[in-house]
Amino acid sequence: MLFKIALRNILRNRRRSTMTISAIAVGAMAMLLFGAFTTFVILGIRTTTIDSAGHLTVLRTGYFAFGTGNPSAYGIPDYEAVMKTISDDPEIGPKLAVITPSISLFGIAGNFSADSSRTFIGSGVVPSDRKRMREWNEYHLGGGRRLTRPPSPLSDDDITKGVIGLGLARTLSLCAPLHVADCPAAPEKKTAAVAGAAPAPDLADLTAQDTKGDASANDNGMPRIDLLSATAGGAPNVVTISVAGTEQQPAKELDDGFVGMHLKLAQQLVYGRGEHKVTSIVLQLKKTEDMAAVRTRLEALFKDKGLDLEVHDFTEFNPMYKQIVQFFGAIFSFIALIMIVIVLFTVVNTMSMSVMERTNEIGTTRALGVRRSGIRRQFLAEGWLLGFLGATLGVILAAIIAAIVNHAGLTWQPPGQSGHVPLYLYLAGAHGLIIATWVILVVVATIAALVPASRAARMAVVDALRHV
Amino acid sequence: MIGPHGEPVVRLTDVVKVYDDDGLTVKAIDDITFTIPRRRFTMIVGPSGSGKTTLLNLMGCIDTATTGMVEVCGQNIAKLRDNAVSDFRAANIGFIFQNFSLVPVLTAYENVEYPLLLLGLNAKDRRTRTMAMLDAVGLAEHKNHRPNQLSGGQRQRVAIARALVKEPEVVLADEPTANLDSATGASIIELMKRQQHERATTFIFSTHDPHLISHAQETFVIRDGKLLDHTVGAA
Repeated sequence: MLFKIALRNILRNRRRSTMTISAIAVGAMAMLLFGAFTTFVILGIRTTTIDSAGHLTVLRTGYFAFGTGNPSAYGIPDYEAVMKTISDDPEIGPKLAVITPSISLFGIAGNFSADSSRTFIGSGVVPSDRKRMREWNEYHLGGGRRLTRPPSPLSDDDITKGVIGLGLARTLSLCAPLHVADCPAAPEKKTAAVAGAAPAPDLADLTAQDTKGDASANDNGMPRIDLLSATAGGAPNVVTISVAGTEQQPAKELDDGFVGMHLKLAQQLVYGRGEHKVTSIVLQLKKTEDMAAVRTRLEALFKDKGLDLEVHDFTEFNPMYKQIVQFFGAIFSFIALIMIVIVLFTVVNTMSMSVMERTNEIGTTRALGVRRSGIRRQFLAEGWLLGFLGATLGVILAAIIAAIVNHAGLTWQPPGQSGHVPLYLYLAGAHGLIIATWVILVVVATIAALVPASRAARMAVVDALRHV
Repeated sequence: MIGPHGEPVVRLTDVVKVYDDDGLTVKAIDDITFTIPRRRFTMIVGPSGSGKTTLLNLMGCIDTATTGMVEVCGQNIAKLRDNAVSDFRAANIGFIFQNFSLVPVLTAYENVEYPLLLLGLNAKDRRTRTMAMLDAVGLAEHKNHRPNQLSGGQRQRVAIARALVKEPEVVLADEPTANLDSATGASIIELMKRQQHERATTFIFSTHDPHLISHAQETFVIRDGKLLDHTVGAA
């Protein structure tokens, strides 16, 4: 009877009820659609981050704080044994998707045929492992819903191949040989006409030697660059790589100096004939939810084995990830707060009018023997029902709008990414968001009815019966 | 709770009711004392503003006396807490309001069934008693009509059925036949008299209807909140 009366009273004032239910539905839609967009952005960035950098990174103790200035000094010795220890651990092993070594280095990259050079930031990886890492897709962001990148030209078979950032290709005048579109040629250098400014004879000889013939290209037609770096022992060392392609990096500074190469080549450059080490061991897990447990286990394992290693997760390496999550979280909270306030005031207004109009009815039912709590329950039931209808309608409309948007072919560039991806509202899989939004709005509508309901319950029976 | 046979169902002792409306004090009931025995057709008569409705409200436990004691079915109402008063009304008192006061979103059937829900009767008993009462007031065919689909007389009959369906000890009625034609009014009075005899129900009316007054077994005349006359006589 309680809900029968509530429903009929809602239907009795159709226009007012329609406005109230619409306001709740709009609130639900706004929260759900923005929440779906936020979820999509965060999952997309998380996926892109994890498929390139993994969940956890094992480093020599101190590398994270001080090692970037001298990576070779923080090399992990006997890293293959460390990787085996991790893989064989009964707790960690089953949760691992990929475990791969990596090395960071820096130095000077030169294209002497074009008389250009600049500092580089290098990364040595195992190409086949990286290819497997890119297949990670825990959130099933398929069908073009994630940032898709062309396959890496690096391969396990040819350690001399490398990739460089688009900015570095431009700086080293490699746009034309690499057939890079939208890549302006470097301006011609003006010859210094200052007396005594002529190059030293030995340097002039070196340049002349380098520019002879077509020494800047290998047999496959790939341009070559020389990488100069200091070994762990401090001696200069040079290797040559064949540039197989470019990979645009998300930050210009990194893009202007990035060189990706095979792990073995990087080890040759940094360690020469000495023991080959790595600066990090990257772990990609099957499920992100296991990250904290695996990290704890790794730390315990390193302590037990007496290994001088530390573990960091991907959010520590990518502070932007945390910032983006917090930024979108703040906007979502703000939108949700506004919607909740609107719903609150709308329902309070509707229920207050309902109480005023039904004062005589309240008096009658009280005279028949309904307790004050019964009157309160009656109006709370109406508030709940308004919330139920509005929130449910909002969920349905949001699902329809999300479906339309997802099939409209819209694209956007996520923050911190270098390419455009299709705009997708991740609503279908966001069960937590849908349930939370629905519950919050229904609870808010019910709470909003509490004040008018209490006022109705407090009415004196005689006064209510006298009300016209 | 209910007094033994022969004991008064309603006992008012030195009852005063004062309304304070924004500093303006109005004495609606001025030191009234009387008793009403069970199974009586009792009329309270008097001009408009004499305090009839206030008296009904006090006896119906929907208002409280400023001073004095109101006992209904042997229960001193002032000693009951709010929930207990509501439960007492639900169990013992039936109201027939002058302006019908039906719940507009409920059908005739549901309006009549409503007091039985408050008593916690099962669905079968509710259905049986509700249909019997609607039949008795001649509205069985209109059971699915909402109040706005009924005439004034039909609404009043629904209100009467709602008051009688729970077979209360006391029925308080404010001009119950005012909106009925004479034939319907007569049949309703007949129904109430039958209930009076079969269920020992006490009826207390506030009325100007001479036909209804002619059935009075006891009449109280009040004016300006004071009891002027008390007549006892079988109809």
